[in-house]
Amino acid sequence: MVISQETKIINLAIDGQPVKTKEGTTVLESAQQAGIYIPTLCYHHSLTPSGSCRMCIVEIEGMRGFSTACTTPAIEGMVVKTNTPQLQELRRDILELILSEHPYACLICDRKEHCEPFHITLRKQAETTGCTMCPKNGRCELQKVVDYVGLTEIRLAPSRREAPILKDSPFFDRDYNLCILCGRCIQVCQEVRGIGAIAFTYRGSRTLPGTAFDKSLQDSGCQFCGACVDICPTAALTERSGRWRGLPERSVITTCPYCGVGCQLSLEIKGNRILRTVPVMENSVNSGQACVKGRFGITEFVHHPQRLTMPLIRKNGKLVEASWEEALDLVTEKLASYKGDEFAFIASGKCTNEENYLAQKFTRTVMATNNIDTSARLCHAPTVAGLAQAFGSSATTNSISEIRSAACILVVGSNTSSTHPVIALEIKRAVQNGGKLIVADPRDIELCRYADIWLSHSPGTDVALLMGMMRVIFDEGLADLAFIKEYCENFDAFKKSLKNFNLDSVEKVTCVPGDKIAEAARLYATYKPASIIYGTGITQHSHGTDNVLALANLAMLTGNIGKPSTGVNPLSGQNNVQGACDMGALPDVYTAYQSVDNPDIQKKFEIAWGCSLSASPGLAVTEIRDAIYKGEVKAIYLMGGNPVLSEPDAKHAQEALNKLEFLVVQDIFLSETAQLADVVLPAASFAEKDGTFTNTERRIQRIRKAIEPAGNSKPDWWIICQIAGRLGGKGFSFEHPSQIMSEIASLTPSYGGVSYQRLEEGAIQWPCPDDAHPGTSILHAGKFARGKGKFSPLIYKSPCELPDKEYPLVLTTGSSLYHFRTGTMTRKITGLNAIEPEGVIEINPVDACPLKISDGSKVKVVSRRGEVIARAKVTEKSPPTVVFMTSHFAESAVNILTNPVLDPVSKTPELKVCAIRIEEAQEL
Amino acid sequence: MQGELAEILAEYEGEKGALIPILQKVQGKFGYLSEKAVSEIAKFSRMSESEIFGVASFYAQFYFARRGEHTVKVCLGTACHVRGGERILDEVKRELGIESGGTTEDYKFSLERVACFGSCALAPVMVIDKNVYGRMTIAKAKDILAEYH
Ligand code: SF4
Ligand code: SF4
Ligand code: SF4
Ligand code: SF4
Ligand code: FES
Repeated sequence: MVISQETKIINLAIDGQPVKTKEGTTVLESAQQAGIYIPTLCYHHSLTPSGSCRMCIVEIEGMRGFSTACTTPAIEGMVVKTNTPQLQELRRDILELILSEHPYACLICDRKEHCEPFHITLRKQAETTGCTMCPKNGRCELQKVVDYVGLTEIRLAPSRREAPILKDSPFFDRDYNLCILCGRCIQVCQEVRGIGAIAFTYRGSRTLPGTAFDKSLQDSGCQFCGACVDICPTAALTERSGRWRGLPERSVITTCPYCGVGCQLSLEIKGNRILRTVPVMENSVNSGQACVKGRFGITEFVHHPQRLTMPLIRKNGKLVEASWEEALDLVTEKLASYKGDEFAFIASGKCTNEENYLAQKFTRTVMATNNIDTSARLCHAPTVAGLAQAFGSSATTNSISEIRSAACILVVGSNTSSTHPVIALEIKRAVQNGGKLIVADPRDIELCRYADIWLSHSPGTDVALLMGMMRVIFDEGLADLAFIKEYCENFDAFKKSLKNFNLDSVEKVTCVPGDKIAEAARLYATYKPASIIYGTGITQHSHGTDNVLALANLAMLTGNIGKPSTGVNPLSGQNNVQGACDMGALPDVYTAYQSVDNPDIQKKFEIAWGCSLSASPGLAVTEIRDAIYKGEVKAIYLMGGNPVLSEPDAKHAQEALNKLEFLVVQDIFLSETAQLADVVLPAASFAEKDGTFTNTERRIQRIRKAIEPAGNSKPDWWIICQIAGRLGGKGFSFEHPSQIMSEIASLTPSYGGVSYQRLEEGAIQWPCPDDAHPGTSILHAGKFARGKGKFSPLIYKSPCELPDKEYPLVLTTGSSLYHFRTGTMTRKITGLNAIEPEGVIEINPVDACPLKISDGSKVKVVSRRGEVIARAKVTEKSPPTVVFMTSHFAESAVNILTNPVLDPVSKTPELKVCAIRIEEAQEL
Repeated sequence: MQGELAEILAEYEGEKGALIPILQKVQGKFGYLSEKAVSEIAKFSRMSESEIFGVASFYAQFYFARRGEHTVKVCLGTACHVRGGERILDEVKRELGIESGGTTEDYKFSLERVACFGSCALAPVMVIDKNVYGRMTIAKAKDILAEYH
């Protein structure tokens, strides 16, 4: 879409009022901007106007008849009337037609105000026969319109559709007796979500929104995002949660605690309870959209009865409740004896920036070690290493809102629709806008449906695939040599390494036909701007950093960097993986990747923190296990992670934790890992504390305390401060996270201009070095952060464990849309469990058949490290010889199988490829 | 069926906006639009199944369940109605053991009621496949149906 440089301002008159507006605006929008109300039913600003309800009709001087304001563009000199008696009469006629099929008694009753107080209990009846019994009462757009046009009588015979109330979604009901056929739900599902689970079905008076063959929503591809519920003007679509609790008393805007998109959500609250969580419209991250996890997956876990509400201490082998005093004293006393490298802190991409900052400050100043790392090691570290090496900055180069304007998008190793659903919307939007889409993924993921080319390469062969593409680009003269010459270095060495990647050999390695690779290369190189989006399919390999470097090469080779809608864009999995790394919760760097072994930087932090600091980098999470076995690490402080399920070769990981002398775990639930702890400290949830998260596009966003913490739980930052203080730490007497952010800003160049005061005005994308700096949406514009962009010559390395006779299949892992990480939060949500109750192993019919495995049968999956039982799902989504499992389910914990071999640079494990075999499971 | 369906779809490769002709062709081949067919057409045209079904169910000409070998239509337009179309319909229902809109268990007959055939001069009218039978009586209806058994 081309946005014209200069938008002309035009003048018109609406109801005698002079109105100025931009050319291209509709009459309706012009009126709304001027504060003039025109009734609407089918219009919604996020949809293409359909002009179907005709409620917005207006009179325009010089035009015959009446025009629908929502579809009529404003023109210079237009004279518009919105509220003449004749218009109102016509609107009443239209409304009468609509209402003859809608329970209208309450709508037109002249005593409705008096009636209201007496209907509190009647509301609970299942069938809505009038507004006073309707969950939408008070927020209904139909009510508003009826009030405005002043309808007092319906002359047509009432008819009731007698449509059954459909309850096939675990989160919302569909009562089409209340539907006014505005089509908004259908439009949002098709246009914005790109799904089309619902459509107008049947003809004439039977027409209603519905599904193919009246199948269930889930069978029709619904992803339960709730967009249709949010956009429905009536109560035809209503959320079940909080349905009968009436209107919220207040709402608090905060950031979703699940994935790295960082959707802005409004928590609607009554008393100390969240009723529902709805996406915020006015922001550039999610513009009114969310996914099922943020929309329906929060309330229940925050208010879950299994939340930890008291500290727990292990006594006689059992975890028993204790007071905070007792628990903190115990932790202090224990930790005092492990100062130095016997101690390690595992921080978390789920906690706030402030908390991760304190975690590393505590570890470095109080515990005198650099043994601090985060769960980010398991997904994000190769990005940190690779992008720093190539570009000089370890983060997503461009912004979410630019994606829709890309002319070409290469999605590689990211099942974006499951892991970052709202970013997938942007990708689909780009395709709608005419952009090309290349998907490189072994599996037939949802985005393949929208792709121009799908490259189904063998797991772990990304370097070969990408280098093959680059070879084509270079050989065919499609490289941007001028860009390379001016902005990059080391090109010749890289060029030489392309030699090994002729299409024939690449085809053999990747199992993708050479002409397809060439076609993809040409698309990417010629449709500009082109953007690369990637996920853990790139990073979780024994050569993850090489994969990232290959992508960086590709972007530089075509000059697709430093400009809008280009770049190399990793999607961080957890909400605050980016922030945790930015905050220096890493063993080798302080905040903003300032090296611990750089003497100047060491000095700076020693002065700021008033103590001496260690210059030797600490251990990565993935190295700690071995260190425990060797007796080098004896005590661990774990904040909000669940390594028992998230680390490869999980059995070993658990054994290691059991070997520890002291383990303290801080979490909101008693996770599988917390069950092994000596002390468990109950943490407040994201809804119960203040702080900031940094999303995948480097945007620093607030979370806000909306309700009081559950029971005696406390914010993580408070807990760390208490323990640090008791251990004699200086600089931990913070009363509010905003004070912690001031300290962060003073020590962190890229966060220099960040303060809570500024964040109130809007989120900021780092780098933002000072108060006057607006933040940065595109990195490396004009110049790379490291000076010149550095090409890396690469060779192809196969995954460490390849299939053989004994273990003939390749297991690759990933995420579902309906669960998150190890399921600590999502498995507490009834509806999500209803949609996806258990982990399955996807297997191609070609492999299933000889093993006599049928869909739904239980199988035993065996790798060199262990075995799990899971239900088989026979599907062509996974290609032959590749099977797929998700990592959310403790019962079929995939990481018992995965290979702990590490990428030598980033120390990230090869979670994406291991060899397995499948056996028939004995019926249990 | 998969192969024949794929053949039909292949004819429309690269053509935009050919949905209605595709639906017609597929129905022409299989007699109705099955769930499987709708799903394949959806994949082919990069639309959702619900969208395809929405379009198809907007038109009276498309069927979503397997149809009988013969379609029996009884006219209930004004002329036919006045001359006892209703009784003809009742007789056919009884004879076939199905309601209008239904299909016999052996997939031999499907039954429909229609508004007007434009053959009012022949009222009451019954149509089987493409053959029009006029001036129907209960006895005649029975005999004609028997011819198709
Ligand atoms: S949907 Fe709106 S108009 Fe209809 S009953 Fe509910 S509140 Fe009243
Ligand atoms: S919940 Fe989302 S996917 Fe499902 S029908 Fe509504 S808009 Fe479509
Ligand atoms: S369900 Fe709601 S949004 Fe959808 S057509 Fe009916 S009234 Fe409109
Ligand atoms: S897309 Fe991510 S941030 Fe947005 S609602 Fe879903 S889980 Fe939350
Ligand atoms: S709002 Fe304009 S036609 Fe419905």
